[in-house]
Amino acid sequence: MKAIAWARANLFNGVWNTILTLVAGYLIARGAWMAIDWGLIHAAWSAPDGRACRAITNDEGACWAFIEQWYRFILFGRFPPGEQWRALIVVILFIGMVVVSCDRRLWRSAWPITAIWVVGLIVSFILMHGGVLGLPVVTTDLWNGLPLTLFLSVIALAGAFPLAILLALGRRSDYPIIRALSVGYIELVRGVPIISILFMASVMLPLFLPAGVNIDNLIRALVGLMLFYAAALAEVIRGGLQAIPTGQYEAADVLGLSFGQKTRLVVLPQALSITIPPLVNTFIAAFKDTTLVTIVGLFDLLTTASNSITDPQWRGFYVEAYVFVAAIYFVFCFSMSRYSRSLERSTER
Amino acid sequence: MIKATTLAVALVMVAFAGPALAGPTLDKVKKNGVVTCGVTTGLAGFSIPDRQGKYTGIDVDTCRAVAAAVLGDPDKTKYVPATTQQRFTMLQSGEIDILTRNTTWTLTREGDLGFLFAPPNYYDGQGFMVAKKAGVKSAKELDGATVCVQSGTTTESNLTDYFRANKMTFKPLVIERLDEVENAFYSGRCDSFTADRSGLAASRAGKAPNPDDYVILPEIASKEPLAAVVRQGDDEWFEVVRWTMFAMIDAEEKGVTSQNVDEMKKSDDPEIQRMLGVKPGMGKSLHLGEDWAYTIIKRVGNYGEIFDRNVGKDSALKLDRGLNALWTQGGLMYGMPIR
Repeated sequence: MKAIAWARANLFNGVWNTILTLVAGYLIARGAWMAIDWGLIHAAWSAPDGRACRAITNDEGACWAFIEQWYRFILFGRFPPGEQWRALIVVILFIGMVVVSCDRRLWRSAWPITAIWVVGLIVSFILMHGGVLGLPVVTTDLWNGLPLTLFLSVIALAGAFPLAILLALGRRSDYPIIRALSVGYIELVRGVPIISILFMASVMLPLFLPAGVNIDNLIRALVGLMLFYAAALAEVIRGGLQAIPTGQYEAADVLGLSFGQKTRLVVLPQALSITIPPLVNTFIAAFKDTTLVTIVGLFDLLTTASNSITDPQWRGFYVEAYVFVAAIYFVFCFSMSRYSRSLERSTER
Repeated sequence: MIKATTLAVALVMVAFAGPALAGPTLDKVKKNGVVTCGVTTGLAGFSIPDRQGKYTGIDVDTCRAVAAAVLGDPDKTKYVPATTQQRFTMLQSGEIDILTRNTTWTLTREGDLGFLFAPPNYYDGQGFMVAKKAGVKSAKELDGATVCVQSGTTTESNLTDYFRANKMTFKPLVIERLDEVENAFYSGRCDSFTADRSGLAASRAGKAPNPDDYVILPEIASKEPLAAVVRQGDDEWFEVVRWTMFAMIDAEEKGVTSQNVDEMKKSDDPEIQRMLGVKPGMGKSLHLGEDWAYTIIKRVGNYGEIFDRNVGKDSALKLDRGLNALWTQGGLMYGMPIR
């Protein structure tokens, strides 16, 4: 009864709203039916090759057999199949580190989180690269797919964050030179597209290095992303700094706190907690932006997917491959946004 | 967190900063025991990672052949995926030793960019595909046809030039995404589909409802000789790459295959004897071991085997030899004499 009353009050309160409700309801039902029809009813779940799969579905349904055959390549790319368990552990480890760091109880002191990350990063590096403990060496050009996407986004963001805090503080500094440098850096980097930074890092930089000195392509892209994210995050954090009432600064000064103490104990905790929603927003955008590394020849999750559909045996299963990858991205981005919602609620209290 | 990540990044950077390049490429390759080749991020038949992540293709086999000649083992290779924009920088900066990335041999790339091209490992060219039932035998019969083409490629301008040069008219159906171009053609919206012939073959193999219903016409609208590329000023290395190609072509001409190469060592033909190192001297001239060509043929194959396996009759692409046949069979593949 309650539901009917609610529907009458909200969906059918007037001629136009009734029409809108009916039209929208029809479109939603129609869309859902098409998705079910394509994705489940007419779908083929196993087939030896693309042609056989198309024969089963008659081009009316999804060919999930493609994913069944290719999911390992899409997830791990060229990482040696026998060693992919290592990449899988690293993926779990990365997700675990991020989840654990999200627990507010750990935030009281910097030490537990620092320890977790130092150990976590060293363990993941050893697992990915190998060469010790009898693990065969896997060079960075084989770090593909989901591990690469996580590696790039997590490390670039983690590295960019402290840099961003420094830049944001620098931009509000009383010293003109520091302020000018910070403003110059932020505006310059933020003013160019991320693609051009990746391009500079990957295509121009090697030409400026002395002959024979090569920095790994992955590191070049990672540093490029990090520098870009730092500028983007700095502006978000500056917003938080500006939102803090002058009274807080003055009160800290009156108490005789040094600049470091004032920043660490009074300003930053407040500024960062105000900026959680825009920060997470930037994180989500940055996570998806890592797909741009495809232009510098790195095989991230999206590149491995679009690569798998050029195989002559399995050509052109665009929709299946992209749906699969989109689902993975959605899980990550949606979790991030849910987490930010819960953080906001707990800080409001 | 701050310290941890900066420390980790510093560690990683130190771990990956490459060693300084000492002297010419051949010495470097011998010292490191690996040939580093720039390849595509994925192009069927030329260089593409398979489901196990292993690179295969005619360009990959060219790289493997060089590794076989220099290091005696075709598996001592490393493949660096390069985008179209990155490939030349990678070669210039020494990040890769050879570029085997279906790159067209042009004047400016040698003259201005400072590269040298090895003999082509595939003579490609823009072609036209039609449905068999249309009964068209030549591109010259395509006057007034609707032609499907992908936008924003040189293919599009070559198409216009070709029809203008032959005083024919056509209706272009320009679509941005290759997938949709293919759908348009196979659903019969256009009479012909134009792209590089190898690309047409890949499309026919993977996407056509029935590959046998489509033919690729013999005419070529643009020349695309695809070859391995090396830096200028390192002649020893250039010679190694060049003669690796010639050895594979010569081996096919002499009927030496990966199957019979051991028997062929007993051959009386002096050219085969020189090639396989039975009569020594050839390897030394190239600063390689005397079994350089033997290892190429034994472990990788002669040119015909590589062609058939990757793009020819034994592959999904099913391209015919055409221009890539031996000169004795009407093609352009001509290996210089090993003597």
